[in-house]
Amino acid sequence: MDLKELYRDVILDHNRHPRNFGRLEGAGGGELLHADGHNPLCGDRLSVYVRMNGERVEDIRFEGSGCAISTASASLMTEAVKGKERAAVARLFEQVHTLLTHHDAAPDAGLGKLAALSGVREFPARVKCATLSWHTLKAALEHGAATVSTE
Amino acid sequence: MAAKVSPIGAAPAYDAARVRRDFPILATHVNGHPLVYLDSAASSQRPLPVLRAVESYETHSHANVHRGVHALSQAATAAFEGARERVRRFLNARSTREIVFVRGTTEAINLVAQSYGRPRFGPGDEILITALEHHANIVPWQMVCEQTGCTLKVAPINRRGELAYEEFARLLSARTQLVAVAHVSNALGTVLPVQRMADAAHAHGALVLVDGAQAVPHSRVDVRTLGADFYAFSGHKMYAPTGIGVLYGREQLLEAMPPWQGGGEMILTVSFEKSTYNELPWKFEAGTPNISGAVGLAAAMDYLESLGIDAVAAHESRLLALATAELGRIPGIELVGTAAHKASVLSFTLAGVHAHDLGTILDTVGVAVRTGHHCAMPVMSFFGIPATARASFGCYNTEEDVARLVAGLGRAREVFG
Repeated sequence: MDLKELYRDVILDHNRHPRNFGRLEGAGGGELLHADGHNPLCGDRLSVYVRMNGERVEDIRFEGSGCAISTASASLMTEAVKGKERAAVARLFEQVHTLLTHHDAAPDAGLGKLAALSGVREFPARVKCATLSWHTLKAALEHGAATVSTE
Repeated sequence: MAAKVSPIGAAPAYDAARVRRDFPILATHVNGHPLVYLDSAASSQRPLPVLRAVESYETHSHANVHRGVHALSQAATAAFEGARERVRRFLNARSTREIVFVRGTTEAINLVAQSYGRPRFGPGDEILITALEHHANIVPWQMVCEQTGCTLKVAPINRRGELAYEEFARLLSARTQLVAVAHVSNALGTVLPVQRMADAAHAHGALVLVDGAQAVPHSRVDVRTLGADFYAFSGHKMYAPTGIGVLYGREQLLEAMPPWQGGGEMILTVSFEKSTYNELPWKFEAGTPNISGAVGLAAAMDYLESLGIDAVAAHESRLLALATAELGRIPGIELVGTAAHKASVLSFTLAGVHAHDLGTILDTVGVAVRTGHHCAMPVMSFFGIPATARASFGCYNTEEDVARLVAGLGRAREVFG
């Protein structure tokens, strides 16, 4: 197993300097959605805040504490989904899920920087770290407020 | 011919290299590196004498226990009850009637919670635990509190991870029905002053349950000297198989407790009107027990005593001191749990590297440590951290293992720059 495949520069950068880190407050109009995610295996917790403008993700932030993989995945996710329509986010969720769980899946060209997460699938114990933020975002979009768990 | 000589009167040096040869799994390679197993606090490995005892039992002696007149049933019963006597001796209990075989520490504590606590405790009563407990010595008591209306009290710890004894003593009162305490903290390695705590608890009329899961592999346990009314431990942390553990309980207490589970083995007579219960300890052993596990546990006790528990403990203390000193020199390492009296566990964090990432990086160089909250979330909350990495030592670890851990941590610092 090659550590450099897992901890690529993009991952380390987003871990050290997470983008869109923090919470969204009620002011500013639009529908504010929020969900909490929890990985009981390692104790990681994160919250995802989404401001919708109709069907479009107007703004998104996350906060919490987690390992490099979960922090970088959340950070990359916020960059990737900002400005996207709900349906496009759902498609992206599926693409990322495939990338993380299918051993031989070639990274979809549309994934951009998210392709850096492909190294995670060689480390099965760490897949849940990478999917936590995505499941939490999904819960926020579908239920508005909920706690999701990776277990 | 050269003879190996040791100075007259000196004890022979502890030979960890020879001990390692008893554990076939230690020859495993992980990710291209010889395995360094530093996770014995989660589960230890098994030596050949234990593997062979289990195999021999399964090959030559297995049948159900206490049920048949045929030869194999008698052989199995003799092996199973022989193991019980072995455990009695190990703990210095008065009688095998005080030795109940269970699945492990968790089941032992739940048995006491449901069979001793639930029928007796009520509103106004208190159960006192410490802030160091494993979830297995927290949640069963919370369940009893929900069921009976009694209250759970928690004695605090200080920043070194030691029990704040004066606070503990202040929390004891006539309301305290039971003190449930770890002998050794699994997350931090702190050895608790159990004997002193038991004396104080008894002075208030409270009973004492000791969670000995982390203590039995490292120390001589005498339940009578300790003053434990109940003592619980698992086999798999002391070189025995999983799925077997022991509840020791003072006979008078066990006698007065109702059975926990109903079924075969725990009865004398059954009719649809009424069943009568078996004697101790079988009253608490409904269903076919883990016979080969008990045989393996007895073999593990023989093995540990053949090495000398004191010699093993001294060896592990040396490794702990070495690792503590070595890790203390690595920039960014913070030791979590620095009690004056510790056993075999080194919990730590590395600045800028989450414990989970640390675990993965160490694994790529063949070093197995535990990462996470160690089933002790309140301990993590106390220190304001989500997780630690934990290296724990067993009879087979060496100074080379410590060096490999230190090298692995160097690798982690490189990766995270």
